[in-house]
Amino acid sequence: MSADLHPIRTAAEQALSSAIDATLAAAPASGPIADLRRAAAKTFTENGLPTRRVEEWHYTDLRALMREALPIAGAPDAAAVAEAGKGVVAFPEAVRIVFVNGTLVESLSDLASLPAGLTVTSLEAALASGDPLLERIGSLSPKSYDGALALNTAFLRAGLLIKVAAGATVEKPLHVAHVFTGAAAATYARNVIVVEDGAKATLIESFAGVEGVAYQANDAMEMVVGAGATLEHVRLQEEGAKALHLGTLMLDLGKEATFNSFTLTAGAATSRVSLYGKLTGEGAHLGIRGANLLKARQHGDMTLVIEHIEPGCDSRELIKSVLADEARGVFQGKIVVRPEAQKTDGRMMSQALLLGDNAEMDNKPELEIFADDVQCGHGATAGAMDENLMFYMMARGIAKAEAEALLIQAFVGEAVEFVTNEAVRETLIARMEAWLKARAA
Amino acid sequence: MAAVQETVERVRSVDVDQYKYGFTTDIESEKAPKGLNEDIIRFISAKKNEPEWMLEWRLDAYKRWLTMTEPTWARVNYPQVDFQDLYYYAAPKQKEGPKSIDDIDPEILKTYEKLGIPLRERDILLGIQSKDEEQAKAVEENIDAVGYTGTKVAVDAVFDSVSVATTFKEELGKAGVIFCSISEAMREHPDLVRQYLGSVVPVTDNFYATLNSAVFSDGSFVYIPKGVRCPMELSTYFRINEKNTGQFERTLIIADEGSYVSYLEGCTAPQRDENQLHAAVVELVAMKDAEIKYSTVQNWYPGDAEGKGGIYNFVTKRGDCRGENSKISWTQVETGSAVTWKYPSCILRGDNSRGEFYSIAISNGYQQVDSGTKMIHLGKNTTSRIISKGIAAGRSDNTYRGQVSAHKKAAGARNFTCCDSLLIGNKCGAHTVPYIESKNASAVFEHEATTSKISDDQLFYCMQRGLSEEEAVALIVNGFVRDVLQQLPMEFAVEAQKLISVSLEGSVG
Repeated sequence: MSADLHPIRTAAEQALSSAIDATLAAAPASGPIADLRRAAAKTFTENGLPTRRVEEWHYTDLRALMREALPIAGAPDAAAVAEAGKGVVAFPEAVRIVFVNGTLVESLSDLASLPAGLTVTSLEAALASGDPLLERIGSLSPKSYDGALALNTAFLRAGLLIKVAAGATVEKPLHVAHVFTGAAAATYARNVIVVEDGAKATLIESFAGVEGVAYQANDAMEMVVGAGATLEHVRLQEEGAKALHLGTLMLDLGKEATFNSFTLTAGAATSRVSLYGKLTGEGAHLGIRGANLLKARQHGDMTLVIEHIEPGCDSRELIKSVLADEARGVFQGKIVVRPEAQKTDGRMMSQALLLGDNAEMDNKPELEIFADDVQCGHGATAGAMDENLMFYMMARGIAKAEAEALLIQAFVGEAVEFVTNEAVRETLIARMEAWLKARAA
Repeated sequence: MAAVQETVERVRSVDVDQYKYGFTTDIESEKAPKGLNEDIIRFISAKKNEPEWMLEWRLDAYKRWLTMTEPTWARVNYPQVDFQDLYYYAAPKQKEGPKSIDDIDPEILKTYEKLGIPLRERDILLGIQSKDEEQAKAVEENIDAVGYTGTKVAVDAVFDSVSVATTFKEELGKAGVIFCSISEAMREHPDLVRQYLGSVVPVTDNFYATLNSAVFSDGSFVYIPKGVRCPMELSTYFRINEKNTGQFERTLIIADEGSYVSYLEGCTAPQRDENQLHAAVVELVAMKDAEIKYSTVQNWYPGDAEGKGGIYNFVTKRGDCRGENSKISWTQVETGSAVTWKYPSCILRGDNSRGEFYSIAISNGYQQVDSGTKMIHLGKNTTSRIISKGIAAGRSDNTYRGQVSAHKKAAGARNFTCCDSLLIGNKCGAHTVPYIESKNASAVFEHEATTSKISDDQLFYCMQRGLSEEEAVALIVNGFVRDVLQQLPMEFAVEAQKLISVSLEGSVG
């Protein structure tokens, strides 16, 4: 009721706090990262895991969903690496970097053969050399408390610093794969990507892991796209069916820069992706598309906060959710237009297809507008499969299951088609088809 | 661009002080001592000659209220209200209760005349008889347009804390309709009141509703018996006159099986420097096949150009579609109040029931509006429709906050929501916060929202055809709110249209 009441912390929250204290004690006592970690640890101890009373987490009560604090995963042994290597989705022509259980595995990675203009440094090496990109970590954090990000920062220990040099066009996509194998544990990854002025790059993140193990994966990334630069981003989340997946993306989009992102969410028992995007340069273009394919009792949450700070920017969001069985999809999208951001053009759409009788979709598209010369809109729909369309197809001799699969593919296809790299798009479509097949079987 | 600049400047120059209902009426009044405690509640209850159970009910609510905190989730900012610095009861002084209209203090009658609210039945030939020729003409024109032949409106006038007059009681009585003040209903029809009061908005619902339950002083009570179509529009006019008073009215409308009623509500207050509190509760109950149409033109004093004074409007309105095929429709035109916190809702319990919400919310000056609706789909094949039009000008903030949810058992539920915002000037804000929760696969929910300004293209198009800029803006704004205006009963549509022009004077014709 009142602010000075001390909330009761769950066992998981207490265990997390003591685990943070333990890792902090073992880490170096000073340096920029150490300060950042300590600050995050403090906010976590104060605020704990977010509950449904925290507006941004209204539909994903992490305190109720994250009952257990798992030990941090150790470095994988050779057998685990071999096992994990098989689980990495192949993206044709992509340069690959693989993390197994949160640890960078050089033997599975193409670190030695990076294309010109692309620099990838491990967090460890960066800390040793005092890489200037380290300053980017924590620089784009949202003002409001985000429990998942606080945990990620407090446990910060592994990750990548990626730089695309000014003016460089890196044709080959960079694929950062996270694979989990072995017994239940928690992993934390923190990456930074800086695409300098006028540069172009494609970044793919993929997440996969063992089935039947309730592991926890928490990743976060700062993305800075410079003036006139372009970053194409793809996120493929196919964690094991019992996993908890928490992702935080923070974006700063410069003048006339372009950022396009596509997220496919098909895995994890509970998943949440938060994207905090700021359009800080005039005339920037932002495109966020996503597809959620959820079944059984999966819970998938996608939350966006897009802030238009400078004038003349446009943003487009399109999220397609397919919810089978008792799955629950959540979409929260907030477009903020600051007073200076005149001539903003924002469009947000979330569409859900409810296949299961007990499926649930919660939509919360928000507009917060302080400038008058803008065109902003959002839409949200939820409904079952169109019976007329089904009838039309079945009347033409297409079996029911096949007709349904075709319609789902068409529904989701509207979002996938924004992936410009053809090879990457084909791979994503293949993953979706695999999901449909697995569901039919 | 020049045209836009001009529009913006005009809006900026809008003198909010031109609130034309800002006069006060000099009458003696009887007030309860300032502050709130159990004795005040006993005092109010005793003044109303209430039965014992009612006092208990109030005291229970008060005890509960003491444990509650003010909600802070709405996008409104206002200094903390000191609930001990208010008068909770103020009544125009009378030697005895009025036997007829002629016993009412002529000053009060004058007030209502100034407001254009006719209380004298014999004067009423048309719905609105105004001395304002222009308005009368507009009414006639409208009447001609649809071949409308005179209608009557029964009015319950509430002055500060008490109902001063209810008209057309006899005629309504013939049809079996009960229309009276709620304090009278408590004495005359205690069983009905006891059965339904608090059954839609429970005593413990929220901070303001609980406060209202403890201290409500008057309001209207309507009961439409089975199969009766109410022969005329019912209307309540609320007027806050006293200084430092809070108005806490309570309205309860019950439409029994197969009945129909259309109810209008209007509100004004004098201009004062301090903020006044209005915390009302409205409960609607629609039984099988019944329909309630509830329309509001809210024009409380919005405060002056610097944002000083004005009414805090914290209202809980909820309708319960209890029976099959029932329907509740809310229409609101919100132009007044310094702070508005209001979410007229529908609980769609009966199968095939329907809820509607049509809203125009206009904010200017330093007004803050946080309004919207809730459509809770519980029954099968329930449908709802939400049309919300927000217009923000000056330095105001205008928020639409709404919830549409389908329960697991609400098979075939259907909702369509459209909330559009129009911004005039770059110092104001327009926000949309919808919660759309579907727990049933066969439920179909559609939601769309847009925010924009009057586009240069639209203005150019109209002006190129010979309209002045002002006419063009008026035309566009009228087009923008048209969907909602059409839902208002004739008597209110004219008033509402005028109000919109006054509220946005300078930018709209």
